[in-house]
Amino acid sequence: MKYVDEYRDGDKARELAARIHNEIDPQRQYRFMEFCGGHTHAIFRFGIHDLMPENLKYVHGPGCPVCVLPAGRIEAAIKLAESEDVILCTYADLMRVPAGKGDSLNRAKARGSDIRMIYSSSDALAVARENPDRQVVFFAIGFETTTPPTAAAIRIARAEGLKNFTVFCNHVLTPPAMLHILSSGEACIDGILGPSHVSTIIGSHAYADCCSLYRMPLVIAGFEPLDVIQSTLMLVRQVNQGRCEVENQYVRAVRETGNQKAQALMAEVFEPRSVFEWRGLGDLPASAVQINAQYALFDAEKRFAMQKMQTADVKGCICPAVLRGISDPDQCKLFATACTPEEPKGACMVSSEGACAAQYSYGRYRSAETRV
Amino acid sequence: MSRLDIKNGLVEMAHGSGGRASAALIDGLFTRHLDNALLRQGDDATLFEVSAGRMVISTDAHVVSPLFFPGGDIGSLSVHGTINDVAMSGAKPLYLSASFILEEGFSLAELEKIVISMAEASRLAGVPVVTGDTKVVESGKGDGVFISTTGIGVLAEGIRVSGDRAEAGDAIIVSGYIGDHGIAILSSRQGLEFDTQIQSDSAALHGLVADMVQAVPDIHCLRDPTRGGLATTLNELCKQSGVGMRIHETDISVRAEVKGACELLGLDPLYIANEGKLACICPKASAAKLISVMQAHPLGREAAVIGEVVADESRLVVMQTTFGGQRVVDWLAGEQLPRIC
Repeated sequence: MKYVDEYRDGDKARELAARIHNEIDPQRQYRFMEFCGGHTHAIFRFGIHDLMPENLKYVHGPGCPVCVLPAGRIEAAIKLAESEDVILCTYADLMRVPAGKGDSLNRAKARGSDIRMIYSSSDALAVARENPDRQVVFFAIGFETTTPPTAAAIRIARAEGLKNFTVFCNHVLTPPAMLHILSSGEACIDGILGPSHVSTIIGSHAYADCCSLYRMPLVIAGFEPLDVIQSTLMLVRQVNQGRCEVENQYVRAVRETGNQKAQALMAEVFEPRSVFEWRGLGDLPASAVQINAQYALFDAEKRFAMQKMQTADVKGCICPAVLRGISDPDQCKLFATACTPEEPKGACMVSSEGACAAQYSYGRYRSAETRV
Repeated sequence: MSRLDIKNGLVEMAHGSGGRASAALIDGLFTRHLDNALLRQGDDATLFEVSAGRMVISTDAHVVSPLFFPGGDIGSLSVHGTINDVAMSGAKPLYLSASFILEEGFSLAELEKIVISMAEASRLAGVPVVTGDTKVVESGKGDGVFISTTGIGVLAEGIRVSGDRAEAGDAIIVSGYIGDHGIAILSSRQGLEFDTQIQSDSAALHGLVADMVQAVPDIHCLRDPTRGGLATTLNELCKQSGVGMRIHETDISVRAEVKGACELLGLDPLYIANEGKLACICPKASAAKLISVMQAHPLGREAAVIGEVVADESRLVVMQTTFGGQRVVDWLAGEQLPRIC
């Protein structure tokens, strides 16, 4: 298939991997964090570790939207769906994420709440138009990639005068989370594979602080397997040469200044939150957005006076450490025993971009071989 | 007798009441199109002769949404689905039963289209619908039409096809392109319509199976990879037989359009439903013979060996990727696409 097969060519992959083997310093360890779940997924799905030297390790980052959403936000949404006569619209993965006490949006739906799976923010608008007598709430999540479509939906709702449409906004920002991981230093990493799709929106210049403040090499990488391997080679070279720069491997999509139209759209509708809780990372200042005063009419948190809810994570679940790059999924006692994609206990086992789900679904033979 | 206005009429509660309206619907629509000697007996139970030997039975409920999709509809699907389940035992399907749950307010003209398509599929397959039932539920309590069909068949002597017979060393064969049905359904689903040439592969596979068991009576396993796709079918067979599998991505046929749609929607063709394909496990020595027989049949032209059965206590399906790496091909978790069959 054109524009896909070129980036999945096995011969080219082995050629690039051979260069990594040649250039790598056998005396040291290379720990590279892939920030995005999309990269984690590609690494496991295509078996990229199998091509890498022993002393190069990928450390999984927090860039999976459903993984970092704290259970309290899902509980708040369930409470809203159960107490008010609303139609709650959301993306599929979120339906299965565990909230407190084994509950989830899926279970709330089975109990009778009107919770609908949609494919885009414009689907939520369509539901609102088709049900003028009912309140429709779009449970919006994601990084900078999914934020502009939410902003667009809110703008359209205002232009059409849709009185029954609101957004429960949970959009988060990439650079603050990255800076937090770097400032804590606990993940012990030597370089970062930077986000692909997020970078198309925010641009490569958004990571300048990460490199200059923490002397951290960063390469913006595409999501295809050859992109990941080439970016890894670029990181190896930065480390070997003692450079700490933002480099852009994903030049076919990412510009230095990003997508300014999308940025303007976000700035028109959203404003930074003073603080937002991330699963695993805790409360991070200025790490998320909320709907601004001009569009406050479309803010579900305001219209329904939604309360902040706190929920403790499941006992034994090490998702927080996995999200911070400190632990691997198979170091968790629950991994593949109590916690599986069918019965996820932690959020990282839900989305295909979650590190635990990716390792469970594609990489279990590696754990099995190690055990033998 | 109440008159049935098929052109403009709607399903009413009375059509399921057992009274005159029910009789009019059965005579004017179901019996008229599905007509055959056994159905014409008109009794509560249909009588037929059986020969000595072994019989098989299988049942399948169909709730597909939308009811009409490129390459088929719920009517033809409900015939093919059950014929295939019977055929996957290696048996020759003989008769079908059909039970309809209709929603009040559903258009009789649409219902007739579905029944005509069912009759056509049944006639082409040579497997008549010999008994049936109709119930009507209130508006809002159904989704137009649900169809449940049951099939019975006879099994020739010496054939023992079962999911627990896969052995280390066996060959794994797939009859053709995978993922067509699921993508065809998806392309016509509300809120997600996209233009594609892809048609559902919905088809009755008993003719292909008859040729296969005749050529190689010792086929170990047969299964049609419907819900959950090829990945789920292979995992089921591993679990039942207590073995593992090693498959090769390069040998699995996926149309470029299906690959493209999957890339765009974040789906994996290995998990997409098929309604006219089968997976077969057979002794390695018989694989070449089986492939040539399958390729001679119109429904098996692209048949290929995609891997082999191995001894593996973990019962994993591991795939060599075209990229050169390896990965586990796991069971489907949750539902990738609801209501596909």
